[in-house]
Amino acid sequence: MSAAIMEVNAEARRILAVSISKLYASRTQRGGLRLHRSLLLSLVMKSARDIYHSSRESEGPPVGGEQPSTEEAMDACSGCPGEANPGHREPQPEPESVEPAPEDPEGCDGEITEDKENRSPARQSRKRRGKASAAPDFLPSKRARLEPGEERYAAAPLGSCCRAGAVDSLSALSLNRVIPAF
Amino acid sequence: MKCFSRYLPYLFRPPSTILSSTCHTEADIISTVEFNSSGELLATGDKGGRVVVFQREQESKSQPQRRGEYNVYSTFQSHEPEFDYLKSLEIEEKINKIKWLPQQNAAYFLLSTNDKTVKLWKISERDKRPEGYNLKDEDGRIRDPSTITSLRVPVLQPMDLMVEATARRIFSNAHTYHINSISVNSDLQTFISTDDLRVNLWNLEITDRSFNIVDIKPANMEELTEVITSAEFHPQQCHTFAYSSSKGSIRLCDMRQAALCDKHCKYFEEPEDPSTRSFFSEIISSISDVKFSHNGRYLMTRDYLTVKVWDLQMENKPLETYQVHDYLRGKLCSLYENDCIFDKFECVWNGSDSVIMTGSYNNFFRMFDRNTKRDVTLEASRENSKPRAILKPRKVCVGGKRRKDEISVDSLDFSKKILHTTWHPHENIIAVAATNNLYIFQDKVN
Repeated sequence: MSAAIMEVNAEARRILAVSISKLYASRTQRGGLRLHRSLLLSLVMKSARDIYHSSRESEGPPVGGEQPSTEEAMDACSGCPGEANPGHREPQPEPESVEPAPEDPEGCDGEITEDKENRSPARQSRKRRGKASAAPDFLPSKRARLEPGEERYAAAPLGSCCRAGAVDSLSALSLNRVIPAF
Repeated sequence: MKCFSRYLPYLFRPPSTILSSTCHTEADIISTVEFNSSGELLATGDKGGRVVVFQREQESKSQPQRRGEYNVYSTFQSHEPEFDYLKSLEIEEKINKIKWLPQQNAAYFLLSTNDKTVKLWKISERDKRPEGYNLKDEDGRIRDPSTITSLRVPVLQPMDLMVEATARRIFSNAHTYHINSISVNSDLQTFISTDDLRVNLWNLEITDRSFNIVDIKPANMEELTEVITSAEFHPQQCHTFAYSSSKGSIRLCDMRQAALCDKHCKYFEEPEDPSTRSFFSEIISSISDVKFSHNGRYLMTRDYLTVKVWDLQMENKPLETYQVHDYLRGKLCSLYENDCIFDKFECVWNGSDSVIMTGSYNNFFRMFDRNTKRDVTLEASRENSKPRAILKPRKVCVGGKRRKDEISVDSLDFSKKILHTTWHPHENIIAVAATNNLYIFQDKVN
């Protein structure tokens, strides 16, 4: 993998992480979700996702040893809100972050379960099956949460959740699902 | 290029005073400024839902060289925070836009809007009051009827001038999405209110219904690709209006064509330059403001980095493009992270359509002279607020050696942004809102 492609890759992932955290933060802002802003965020995410995938395709399948460097890029994302996917505890490899990881009340699981990264989104979700199961839980869902306690407990911040596996899962997700929140 | 100076330095603050020069409440942040059509009045709206109207003092004959100052004329609470119980959403009281109606009698009328409701306000003066009622005394207490032995006719007596604002019409429940603009028609009978997906036409007299004239909501919201960002009526043609989109295009519509103006009659868009493509191309091409020139021949649009002037007769590219702060092009990623890339800057024409103005960061604002092609960067700051001072042009250093008076890109304060400005319709007087402060600058008298 050339250095330039790696850089673009890392940049794309970082932007994705920042975008998701912004999307999440906008749920709690006064005045409700802003359609224009949400649309722009989803366009950026789409750009970043497309660039990430096109650069990955050009270099072949990812090698296991490269995971830690991607973790650095993901954890470099700052300002991730505490409110993350409730009840959806995605196991993740030990992050080797350059910067201190954002506040993480639950703590990373610390399991090295690389094979779980290649799971499809549906299998990773532990929420009840239903119409909403197609949408990964770390994106806002139209449905009211049924586990308010878990939600307030706040799972790991999005910055550390958004690892390579999550990014892969986004490829299965239509980013336009961001908009139906309205 | 004329220099802007201030013979009389003004620093207006909204009614609730700032505790110190650096501390202010969120509610004091000015969210819109607008001169009325004569330039006699200047209205500001803020995040707290208040409107403050300034009036220009009559120029005194004894001091003809002293230009009229703007003093507070009226202050009122236009909108209050509300709650939409159905959607469990708070509706912000922030005033998004104010538009004046041309004056037709002694009273002044303006439209103010928040995210969901437009209100028509009447601002009128009262300098007389009736005195000598039969049934109540001067304090308003009801008199004992048995003490009334004669009848008198109440007479109007002079009193201290009082300016009162009353809400005459409330136009509500017509917008599902957030209202971003309002525009009064040249027919002075109708106006449009615009949200992210729809434009509604109202009659100023009728509040319980409006006509939807543009609807870009797709059948399936997942297919949404663009939203409406601003709309404005043509200044002379009462059947023409334009609306801008988040994709960087402008559509001109003719209301005579059909009841629903989904088909534009002109479509203005400049093809994207592929060499400048980045993650953020869509965001920076989103138009934040659209304004017709006073003569109705041109359109001006503002996107994140540029201001463009379009000839209504030429749809495929703008007539003129002005770079506002191109040095930010390399910093888009940081501006995305700190949310500055979502800032919506406005743009204004001067009275003769020869100069255009827009804001930037670090309390800078830029003016572009369309004839001489010269431009200037000025700063709205307290340090510059000295009497008889002339605003010194500022310069941003984009690399290489920084000169003494220049400021480097990295030193710019992105929390100090000038989003809202307005230009007097006939004279060279500008009002610039810098967060919670209002600066009024006048041109040097020759």
